[in-house]
Amino acid sequence: MSDKMHIKLKVNGEDREFLAEPRELLIYALREHLDLTGPHVGCDTSHCGACTVTIDGKSVKSCTMFVAQANGAEITTIEGIGQPDALHVLQESFREHHGLQCGFCTPGMITRATKLLEENPDPTEEDIRFGMAGNICRCTGYQNIVKSIQVAATEMNSAKEAAE
Amino acid sequence: MNDMTPDRDDRSANLKGMGCSRKRVEDVRFTQGKGNYVDDVKLPGMLHGDFVRSPYAHARIKSINTEAAMALDGVVAVLTAEDLAPLSLHWMPTLAGDKQMVLADGKVLFQGQEVAFVVARDRYVAADAVELVEVDYEELPVLVDPFEALQSDVVLREDLEPGADGAHGPRKHHNHIFLWEAGDEEATNQVLDEAEVVTEETMYYHRTHPCPLETCGSVASMDKVNGKLTLWGTFQAPHVVRTVASLLSGIEEHNIRVISPDIGGGFGNKVGVYPGYVCSIVASIVTGKPVKWIEDRMENLMSTAFARDYWMTGRISATKEGKITGLHCHVTADHGAFDACADPTKYPAGFMNICTGSYDIPVAYLGVDGVYTNKAPGGVSYRCSFRVTEAVYFIERMIEVLAIELNMDAAELRRINFIKKEQFPYTAALGWEYDSGDYHTAWDKALKTVEYDALRREQAERVEAFKRGETRKLMGIGLSFFTEIVGAGPVKNCDILGMGMFDSCEIRIHPTGSAIARLGTISQGQGHATTFAQILASETGIPADSITIEEGDTDTAPYGLGTYGSRSTPVAGAATALAGRKIRAKAQMIAAYLLEVHDDDVEFDVDRFVVKGAPERFKTMKDIAYAAYNQAIPGVEPGLEAVSYYDPPNMTYPFGAYVCVMDIDVDTGVPEIRRFYALDDCGTRINPMIIEGQVHGGLTEALAVALGQEIAYDDLGNVKTGTLMDFFLPTAWETPNYETDHTVTPSPHHPIGAKGVGESPHVGGVPCFSNAVQDAFRAFGLRHTQMPHDHWRIWKTANDLGLHG
Amino acid sequence: MIPAAFEYHRPADMAGVIALLEEHGDDARVMAGGHSLIPMMKLRMAEIPHLIDLQDVAGLKGIAVAEGRVTLGAMVTQHELIQHQGLANTAPILREAALVIADPQVRYMGTVGGNVANGDPGNDMPGLMQCLDAEFTLVGPDGQRTVAARDFYEAAYMTEREDEEVLTAISFAAPSGGYAYEKQKRKIGDYATAAAAVILQKDGGTCAAASIAMTNLSDVPVWSDAAGEALTGTSVDAAAVSAAVQAVLDDIDPVEDNRGPVAFKRHVAGIILTRAIQRAWGRA
Repeated sequence: MSDKMHIKLKVNGEDREFLAEPRELLIYALREHLDLTGPHVGCDTSHCGACTVTIDGKSVKSCTMFVAQANGAEITTIEGIGQPDALHVLQESFREHHGLQCGFCTPGMITRATKLLEENPDPTEEDIRFGMAGNICRCTGYQNIVKSIQVAATEMNSAKEAAE
Repeated sequence: MNDMTPDRDDRSANLKGMGCSRKRVEDVRFTQGKGNYVDDVKLPGMLHGDFVRSPYAHARIKSINTEAAMALDGVVAVLTAEDLAPLSLHWMPTLAGDKQMVLADGKVLFQGQEVAFVVARDRYVAADAVELVEVDYEELPVLVDPFEALQSDVVLREDLEPGADGAHGPRKHHNHIFLWEAGDEEATNQVLDEAEVVTEETMYYHRTHPCPLETCGSVASMDKVNGKLTLWGTFQAPHVVRTVASLLSGIEEHNIRVISPDIGGGFGNKVGVYPGYVCSIVASIVTGKPVKWIEDRMENLMSTAFARDYWMTGRISATKEGKITGLHCHVTADHGAFDACADPTKYPAGFMNICTGSYDIPVAYLGVDGVYTNKAPGGVSYRCSFRVTEAVYFIERMIEVLAIELNMDAAELRRINFIKKEQFPYTAALGWEYDSGDYHTAWDKALKTVEYDALRREQAERVEAFKRGETRKLMGIGLSFFTEIVGAGPVKNCDILGMGMFDSCEIRIHPTGSAIARLGTISQGQGHATTFAQILASETGIPADSITIEEGDTDTAPYGLGTYGSRSTPVAGAATALAGRKIRAKAQMIAAYLLEVHDDDVEFDVDRFVVKGAPERFKTMKDIAYAAYNQAIPGVEPGLEAVSYYDPPNMTYPFGAYVCVMDIDVDTGVPEIRRFYALDDCGTRINPMIIEGQVHGGLTEALAVALGQEIAYDDLGNVKTGTLMDFFLPTAWETPNYETDHTVTPSPHHPIGAKGVGESPHVGGVPCFSNAVQDAFRAFGLRHTQMPHDHWRIWKTANDLGLHG
Repeated sequence: MIPAAFEYHRPADMAGVIALLEEHGDDARVMAGGHSLIPMMKLRMAEIPHLIDLQDVAGLKGIAVAEGRVTLGAMVTQHELIQHQGLANTAPILREAALVIADPQVRYMGTVGGNVANGDPGNDMPGLMQCLDAEFTLVGPDGQRTVAARDFYEAAYMTEREDEEVLTAISFAAPSGGYAYEKQKRKIGDYATAAAAVILQKDGGTCAAASIAMTNLSDVPVWSDAAGEALTGTSVDAAAVSAAVQAVLDDIDPVEDNRGPVAFKRHVAGIILTRAIQRAWGRA
């Protein structure tokens, strides 16, 4: 077994440090060292996206990244996207439009959607379906997920216009 | 009363009762990543378990050497069958009356079978130790084909006494499990022999897997001080797990607490009892520490319950005009290495005998032969009631084949054979009593909405254009009309391991007028916390937002048989309504006392009891709840609580009419879904938003199964589809939009008329997608081709028909 | 799925990488985005005692378009290929190909260098780079050398690259003419059932030059000189396309897998190539 290394991450705006084996997968490090159990393990092979987090501005499947690779990175998980008294528009929208059922894919789904809307604030339905294709949902058939994201985009754009 | 009306509407809306699209209470947690799934459970000192699994599908185990694994720093124990045998836990009973190895006892019978269980400090050490366990195998001949298995000299189950009866009667061969029959074979054969038109077809409903996004897992914690075992796990039936755990371990049931936390989808995968659960319990007992076991995706696909794997041969007869006169069905059912189907005890082929479908067929016969092979055990109902997807696929394909034989339109053939509205309750030839239906209305609405005749004209034009070489795309119109049989079920004929399939609800109204209700079911995404509160709101007049729903903790919830087979609404939903009515009955007495009138002189009005004819005199449920606890009422016990255990008098029979329009690229075999219309009739609709979501999800799982999802084996019994690279789960990109619609035909025997809906879209969807593919080739002479319709199989169909020139 | 333990290295420059490769030999491997390697490690199909992460190595990033030549650092991700406007103008076939690779998250991490270097016959970039007649820059203990993409692949996972060498850059002349990257796959995230990269030059109504490469139809990418020849000098009419298809069919050697049997793959290869040629010709 290899020695543990000193890992430093900035997670959801906070500096976090812990010791871990280099081979530990980032998803387990987040879940087990930092108790951030929002992102989940669904497929183990980077197909399902349940483990999606944002790392240095990129949507990443954290089951396919070693914690050692992430050392020094800035990470946002679902826990950093909204707070109970100030939910993100996407979180509200998924509830409003029934964009989730069992909830297992939802953290990865919403985390990915935040990044998608950052890159493309005014997506078509096709853009959303293509941009969310790295996240599998077994319950909803996606129709209401697409709708949740579409409506959230509209709301975010109107809020931005109102602010300008 | 007129001036009261607006107020009454407001009060009604405030309840958020049945019929409204109440937003889900669950989502507040889930959208913030605050769900609590089994892998989120973290206990002090918790150890991790991991399996050594067989690389072979059939082999004798000559030796297992655990020395090197035990020597690894951090390894606490390595369990083998030898360690479990003294506790009699190396084998366990299956839900189907068979028994199954917990850890391989002398031989392995399928690839991925559990051979040894490593327990270690963390998941990393456990995984390393798995690699260090040395198992010496001697390979044996492999049987992956059930027909071959029934002829072979190779004995798969050496533990079974040759010639002895199985759990469901005589066995014809050492690899035979049972023959289960329904109907009158002699009469059926006579009708078929004398019929004007008879047609036969054999169809294979391939093996697949429910594959919820969360895999299976458990955390067992044996507290040796007080002798109590707590078990968290992915259980669709936590109370059954408690009973089974007690029977297996000898720990008294009151000392076992089973908790199903949030479940990341089930679809049937989490009904069964798996070796991992048992091993985590044993390991916790042995080590005195909590032990977690979470399978990975490959283990999930290889070893936990598969679905389907039915070879179905049908013969159907009709008059020249198309009136069906008889149906004969024989199934060769591949159950894998152990019969671990999750079916009610008396139904080893589930409700396959619903295979006469939505049609008035006077005489029918069904025979199902169960067979052992070197494949994983299971046979669960993947998003359907017990084997109903198989039954509906069978009859909906037979109808299409008969239409071809008769040179008739398949929609018209269905219409002239539907059970008529006035025939309900209708007793089918294979014994079921359908509760209610109005199939013609639903069918006509569906065909009108999609403009069926215009679609057929367009299709005919496309065929001509194809023949002229102007296009390489064909158009398929998929039809299906299904009748589900859900809500198992009446205790008189439905039990699992002897446990009657009732369900339950316990409700407690608090003094200030809010409430908590607990049920014997467990949500896996269906939104029970939302919809059961809606039922109670309508029944008791307490706003849904003031009602907490709890499920899944056997220490607090009343006993129930769990959530699968669309049984939650038909059974637990009924228990909930009836518990609510008990509350209301007591509330009425209290209200009458408070209003100083006779019980019969008050009536329920949304959220209150009013004096008949004097609506200004009333007591709200809030007033009544407070009084129930705080006021001495002669002849009435304090408190306001009720419990109801509901044994349904019959199943419920939801139905629906689906149409799919598909374009198929003949050269590449790529199908494109242009349109999908789904009309569902699930009786009374509790929450339309949730119903629609269930339909979208069920259709997407149907799309997957029809168009590519399978568990495939090679001749050596190696699983070829072990990861999500090869096991098809559609993404948003491959999934179309769906149009949903409904009719409402309430169940006459259910307290609120609801029938259940979660599985209908899967049951009706699979034949609809499949029929669309097959219909595209009807003009070129195709009768039937096997699922899954992935690109190469569609291409092969076109190729076999000579469409590639 | 848990990989075996390893020692993790994150050198800051190529000298550090080479030193580690020399020190550990077969026990060491470099990793770019890790999206091919990590799943193999998790399945314990690859055990790597010394893992060398290239993320901090200077000079492996960046896209340069200058003087008619495109140079891609090995660590350029598929996502960056898609986003880069200069590249979209100069060599739009890269964007078209990158968009049909994997899914958004994987494209953020997956690199062009990793895609071409590991020799997986399912990867899309090797065929594309052969179509573009790209050159790969390899850096090793003995310095730097370049190998043509068309000479790089020997067999599945076997390439011209020596164990102590690292593929650091890819460069090719900015293509002109019509282009198409056509891929049939079962779903998002899948490898190709068949894929074709086609670049055609048009002179009047005649095809002046053609380059054609196929993906996942052999244990190596297949650049078919004969297929290109079959189109050159023709008006890309049905007969010429059919001759090109025949040439490709002579060069490929697909194997049966879950995507289908050989006959199907050969048929689809012809269809996909035909469509790619037609699309490229329409853009020429």
